[in-house]
Amino acid sequence: MTVAVKDIRTEEMLLNMGPQHPSTHGVFRVVIRTDGEMVLESESHIGYLHRCFEKVAENNNYLQVVPYTDRMDYLCAMANNLGYAETVEKLAKIQVPERAQYIRVIATELNRIASHLMAFGTYGLDLGAVTPFLYAFRDREMILKIFEKLCGQRLNYSYIRVGGVTFDITDEILADAQRFCDYFDPVIIDEYDRLLSYNGIFISRTANVGVLPVDLAISYGVTGPSLRGSGLKRDLRKDEPYSIYNRFEFDVPVGTGEMGQLGDCWDRYMVRIREMRQSVRIIRQALKDIPPGDFCEKKAFRGVKPPKGEVYHKIEGARGEVGFYLVSDGSVKPYRLKARGPSFCNISVLDALTSRGDCMVADMVAIIGSLDIVMGEVDR
Amino acid sequence: MALSRPEIHAIVKERFGDGVVEDHPEARDPYIVVKPEILEDLAFFCRDEPRLRFDLLSSITGVDYPDRKMIEVIYCLDSTPSKHWLIAKVLLPRDDPRVASVEKVWRTADWHERETFDLLGVNFEGHHNLVRILCAEDWEGHPLRKDYVMPETYRGIKNVIY
Repeated sequence: MTVAVKDIRTEEMLLNMGPQHPSTHGVFRVVIRTDGEMVLESESHIGYLHRCFEKVAENNNYLQVVPYTDRMDYLCAMANNLGYAETVEKLAKIQVPERAQYIRVIATELNRIASHLMAFGTYGLDLGAVTPFLYAFRDREMILKIFEKLCGQRLNYSYIRVGGVTFDITDEILADAQRFCDYFDPVIIDEYDRLLSYNGIFISRTANVGVLPVDLAISYGVTGPSLRGSGLKRDLRKDEPYSIYNRFEFDVPVGTGEMGQLGDCWDRYMVRIREMRQSVRIIRQALKDIPPGDFCEKKAFRGVKPPKGEVYHKIEGARGEVGFYLVSDGSVKPYRLKARGPSFCNISVLDALTSRGDCMVADMVAIIGSLDIVMGEVDR
Repeated sequence: MALSRPEIHAIVKERFGDGVVEDHPEARDPYIVVKPEILEDLAFFCRDEPRLRFDLLSSITGVDYPDRKMIEVIYCLDSTPSKHWLIAKVLLPRDDPRVASVEKVWRTADWHERETFDLLGVNFEGHHNLVRILCAEDWEGHPLRKDYVMPETYRGIKNVIY
């Protein structure tokens, strides 16, 4: 008996990816409607890690909120600490000592590198390249050792607080940071490029996949490396300098579309690699210029009581715009604290990227990985 | 070209006149309060007006004021070409907060509005799928309301309150 091709029945299938899935980087569920290997439509479901950070903040005083900000984007906790601290300082008009500003920049940029290393490593892992992950962790370990010396923590630092930083940076740690910079750039990053960036299989998995046009990205509120991958030069460190970022020289890498279309997964990936070089550049300048002096405003450390009022402040985290909207009623606790996590907006574009009919099931993983999300921040 | 906050407020007032209820250029972070009825027009105007070009919606959030019986919904707008920004608010009655959805203007508003609905119970009229996003679908109440009481049990599981 022979079966003609026209007799073979195909039908659409609903596929549930997550909440427990190794490449969703946390508990994230996508319901995918597939036709064979093609994704026709997807629908994201979030909220599995929701703990209502904003309500918790209302019940704690300004200092007690700091550890909760760590746990939003736990891969780049320094940036969250910094965003929160600067928001409160902006409202309470607290002047941060010069030395503390430099320490903040060094810590945040080191953390940005650690976070991008994680993104680099796990992205390779998602696409089947296991080796780069081990290299990334080898180097990330060096940064975590520096942080361990700096504040005793490896992940959730609570290091940058309202008024300054918790501990002074010692000469030994400065030397460690210098040693890391010399070790890392350019030798190690070039090695990454050879390992993964220009690997033929990697390029065919990522180039022309998940193309995110710049207008779509802006409309969905995508920020950070994912937006810059689409070719728009928007970096809050340059555009609206906060802290002391206007003193440093650095470039803002953007996607160029050199491997395929502008705004594809490879562009977003490559922006992160190039940003690591720029972060090293900033750290080098900060290490050279760091002045002696106080590392914190002692009075603010004992407790802050901002006047009645409200502010919105945003900084450039490793994943994009970290914003805090703070409403104070003049008491020791925030009346309302809204956290704008970049991952929340970045992941919302996923459905638009995968519902155009040109996405395969395997590309799903490549697209989620290239947006580099942290679910702790999406769900808060 | 980046405009200062009072300049932006002036452009909005010039177009909407009485639609702008309050203008606070002297506040720590300047903001305007607009009538809920004009919100959708304001959103389109802010995005399309060549002097403003607010193409990026940073966040939508809400604040509950039980003593004033009001809920404030706050829109933080950002402009990627001009690099200036604006904070616009609407004041809604607490017992029935309704405002037009701006989902058609900025697509990111979809999730932000769902979040505000979920946590504060603000109804965004015209939203295509206004369901809970962070809390479970069958969760009761809106946690960020000031009078919210955490339920003792959820689906038979006891909630531990510290």
